[in-house]
This record gives sequence, structure tokens and C-alpha cells, in this order.
Amino acid sequence: MKKLVSPLVLLGPALTWLGIFLVLPLALIFAYSFFQRGAFGQIVPQLTLQNYSRLFNPTVLKVFLNSLRIASLVTGLALLLGYPTAYFITQQSTRWKNTLLVMVILPFWTSYLIRTYAWIVLLNREGVLSRLLIALGLSREPISFLYNDTAIFIGLLYGYLPFMVLPLYSSIERLNPELREASFDLGATPLKTFFQVTLPLTIRGVVTGAIFVFVPSLGNFFVPELLGGGQRFMIGNMINSQFLKARDWPYGSAMAFGVMAIVLLLLLFQAWVTRRTEQA
Amino acid sequence: MNGSKILVSLMVLIALALAACGGTSSQPATPSPLSPAETQSPPAVTEAATKGKIVISNWDAYMPADLLERFTAETGIQVELALHATNEEIVGKLVASKGRGFDVVFMTGQFADAMAKMGLLSEIDYAKLPNSTNLFDEVRRIPFTKYAVPYTWGTTGLCYRSDLVNYEPDSWYDLLKPKPELAGKITMLSTDRWLLLPAQKALGFSANTTDEGEMQQVKEVLIEAKKTLLAYDDTTFYSKLVSGEALLVEAWDGWCNYGIAENPDIRFVIPQEGSDLWVDTMVIPQPSENKEAAYAFIDYVLRPEIGTWVAENILYKVPNRAVMGQLSADLLNSYPNLTIPPQELLKQEALQDVGEAQSLYSAVVAEILASGQ
Repeated sequence: MKKLVSPLVLLGPALTWLGIFLVLPLALIFAYSFFQRGAFGQIVPQLTLQNYSRLFNPTVLKVFLNSLRIASLVTGLALLLGYPTAYFITQQSTRWKNTLLVMVILPFWTSYLIRTYAWIVLLNREGVLSRLLIALGLSREPISFLYNDTAIFIGLLYGYLPFMVLPLYSSIERLNPELREASFDLGATPLKTFFQVTLPLTIRGVVTGAIFVFVPSLGNFFVPELLGGGQRFMIGNMINSQFLKARDWPYGSAMAFGVMAIVLLLLLFQAWVTRRTEQA
Repeated sequence: MNGSKILVSLMVLIALALAACGGTSSQPATPSPLSPAETQSPPAVTEAATKGKIVISNWDAYMPADLLERFTAETGIQVELALHATNEEIVGKLVASKGRGFDVVFMTGQFADAMAKMGLLSEIDYAKLPNSTNLFDEVRRIPFTKYAVPYTWGTTGLCYRSDLVNYEPDSWYDLLKPKPELAGKITMLSTDRWLLLPAQKALGFSANTTDEGEMQQVKEVLIEAKKTLLAYDDTTFYSKLVSGEALLVEAWDGWCNYGIAENPDIRFVIPQEGSDLWVDTMVIPQPSENKEAAYAFIDYVLRPEIGTWVAENILYKVPNRAVMGQLSADLLNSYPNLTIPPQELLKQEALQDVGEAQSLYSAVVAEILASGQ
């Protein structure tokens, strides 16, 4: 068949865009990560590995581990909430499906940052939730739900849950219902059918969703700052403060590449899972 | 793909694009949320009247809304206004461009200090600023004013609800080791230098100390203090006071006034151990190609009517003799910290760039922030 449009025309604009706004800045950050900070925050192009060796100091490791812990927990909770939601949506009529999917996506029409401020209004000591509890007689004192790990979990989970629901939806939707029926016909309980048929066949959606939630949770810096009251320091805050407050761009760059290394490992893992399920 | 699926995918794309935008940042000494955020567009000036064009960068709403218009009408110099949200942001821009692209930039003193040490600022020739005679002589003694013309100044202290705190706090230890009834109702500023300041001063050290042993002690005090803290907050601490979420906060004097504006029971005090002196300034980057116009602009800003606007609207003190002498008694009664005299301010320690020690500072701050989790 004759090609109607050359691939260069199709891909050219996107490749140029990515080249200028993704590859180039990344290359720059990579180069910076081997440079040194001058006394007043300038970037001195003298090669060093010091920025990377400084990643192994106890504070940085602690912040890294804590961020990994928070991001994993958020991912786990998102999966627990997201899977039943996605499953429910696939069971509806086409019209309802589309309505529900739009509802999942609707929050994105407002900036995440603004929605995070909205959580402050809901959760603070004089906020909606606290007043509601008092009005219902469930509490006598105003309660603050802010400035702790729970507030950060709520903020991250709320923000990234749709990223879990959407890939799960598409993989559950693609599942052939006859497979489940066959499992029932052969006498499997609903629980057994779920764990031995449905879940293994939608594992790609699970892994994709998990990565979509895990990666941005790991790097998020404004939810810990706003809902965590700045008292919980995640890796995103640390990178942010190296660039803006300490004006140590080389060190910040090295940290960013540390995070990217973790993310890359995860993507490799995802590719591995995908290949395995395709072979199976 | 049917129509509705395309719609859904489009929305996902929009959502992802939106999610990518957004971010937050801390902001030292930035202007009041009381004044309306207005954007400026300089009026068209005829070719003949044009005496060049300058680009300035300032915080949003940190000068009178019609200032640029009036300046252009009077001098024929056109002005393009850029905005920055934080010192860090504008310093980042200037370092990246080696100072090119701007003729006048508003920034806080210690940042101007760092920029000057990097050779990015041109030395100020005060002879070209006739209105600089309005400035208090004292403020010119601060070393970085060689490169930076003072615009506003103030200090940092304790801001508290006098109706709910049943004694008069007067020490940084009221913040660091609070009485039991105040525990959990305290906030501290989250920007590095001001986060460290209360402990540095409480322990009797310089706010610009570069001594590792001293910073070690500062760190220990602050890790302990974190346990009785509600939050680190740079932007909404005064609303927390108004709502009663917090009862005692570390605050910039001008920002405490924003709380006082909503609740007159809020008070400000400089702790007895002393505090910092911050100065927001105007600088001229070295590569500026229209320095004459830049001087004309700065001189215009030094006029008393501009300073008066700042004091009345931003509620900051200005280091301008002609302004402070003639503020209304009403304003001074409502916001007593506007009456802190220059001699008192100058007893406080001016924050300066700490150079190499910045990495020590950020390591200490990181350890404090990462503690207890």
C-alpha cells in the first residue's frame, strides 16, 4: 500500500516539541548534576561526582524512604478504591458508562493546586468538616484534620485516584465476559473467579494505574507543603528547595536524577509484567 | 473509536495538561493581599515623546496601580512590567540570563547582596537620585545599599492574639518552648532564613552565622520546637491567627498588620533577644542598556507620595523620612508596628547572603523538616 503521508510529517511536530521542551531541558539538568554550586548560587562548570555522593547522606535517604512509603501507601489505597469503582463502571449501560467516566475526569477541569486549597477549607479547625461534626453533636471541640500524614494521604489519593480508575477501566472493559461465565459454569465462587480470572487478566491495568499514581505522588511537593503544613518533607519538596531556596541547582539536579532512576526501574518492571502477560 | 470515547480521551489530555500546571512557592516580604491585583499596560506614547523603554520586575500589586502610567506620562519613558512571585524566582531568572532583560528589579536585600557579589548588579550612584535625600541616613549604612536602593523595610517578630493568650510574649522562647496552652497553636515561617532566625537569635547567635557548631545547636532547638508546632507557614499564618487555628506565630511585621486589619486584638512584638532587619530594594542589573531611565524610575518611586501609598496600602514601613513623618494618626493607631523608629529597626541584624554556608543552612533546614517522621 502506498503511504499517503510520510511519517516525518506525522511525527515531526511532536518530535520537535519533545526535543525542545523535554529532551533538551533533561540534558541540561543532567549536565548540571555534574557541576558545582558557586558561593552565591551560580552554576560552576567544574566536573564533580559530589552531588551524587551527597545523595547518600542520612537525611536525604530518610526523606527518600519516607516519600517512597507515602507514595506506596497512596498507590495501594488508590488500587483498593479504584478497582471496585472501575469494575462498577464497566458493568453499566453505555450511556451510564460515559456519564460516570466524565464524572471521574471532571475534577481535572480545575487546577489541582486550587483543589488542594479547597481541602484546607474542608479540613481546617474552623472548617466545614469540623463544624459539621460539632453540629451533629459528634464533637464538642473544633478538630483540625490538617498538618499531618493523613491530610497528605487524603490530598494525594484524591488527586491521583482518577489515574488509577481510567487504566483499570480500560483493561476490565476489554476483558471477555465469557471467561468469567466459564469460570462460574465450572463451579468457581465469585471470589475465586475474581482472583484467578479477572485480576490476572487485568494485571496490566493494575500496573499501569499503579505507576500513574505512584510516580506523581512521589514527586508531589505542594500537597505536603499545603496540607502537611510544611512539616512533612517529601523528595519533591527537597528538590524544590534546592532549586529555589538553597539555589543549589547542581545538587537539586542530582536529586531529580535519583528520583528518575527509581521511576525508570518501575517502568522497566511494568514492561516486564506486560511482556509476561502477553506471553501467557 | 466512537464520539464519546474521543471526547473522554480529549478530556484526559486536557486534564493532564492542567495537572502539569500549578505549583506553589514560599514568598518572603511580598505585597499585601489587601491591595487589588491589577496588571499594567503602559499607555501608548507618541514616537517623539518616547525616551526609550525599560523593563522592570516587581511583585504583583507591590506599587500603586497607576504608577507606571503616571511615570510614563511625566517622563515619556515607556515601562514594561514583569511580575515575580518570589525572590528566588527573579534571582533564578537573572542568574540564568546573566542579568540581561531587566532594567529595574525589586528584590529583598540579602538576595540583592548575593546578586551584587556575583557581579550582576551595577553600583548605585545616589547623586543621580535626588529624592534619595528622603531616605533615612541610617538605612544607607547597610552595606548592600551600595547596590540596592531601599524601598520598604521591617523586621520579624511575634504576632499573637492578645484576647486568647493571657500573658505578653516577649521572647523567641515563647515560640520555641511554648507554655502548654499554646502548644500546637504556633506557626513559624518556612523560608530557610526565617525558619532558622528564632533559634539563632534565642541562642544569641548572629542571623548570618556560618559557624557549624552554632548551627548544630540551632538545629537541635528547632527539632525540639517542631513538636509543639501547628505548621510552617509563609503565606497564610495571619489568617490562621484570625481564625483562631493559631494563637502565636512568627511573622513579618507588615504581614502581622494584615491580621490586625481583620482582628484588632492581634499584636506584634519584637522579641527581647533581637531579630532581623529586612529591606526590600530596587536594583539595576549590570547589563541594563538604559540606566538613565532606570535611575529616573527609581527616583520617581522614592517620591513621598509613593512611599505613603505603600505604608497605607501594603502596611509596610518605608525607610523614607518624608513619608513616615506625615502618616495619619489613625493609621498609626491601628497598626502600631508602623511606628517602630528607624533606630529600633537598625538595632536588628540585617540579613546578608551567607555564601558558601548556604549549603550548611539548607542541610540544617532539611534535617529539621525531615525530623519526626
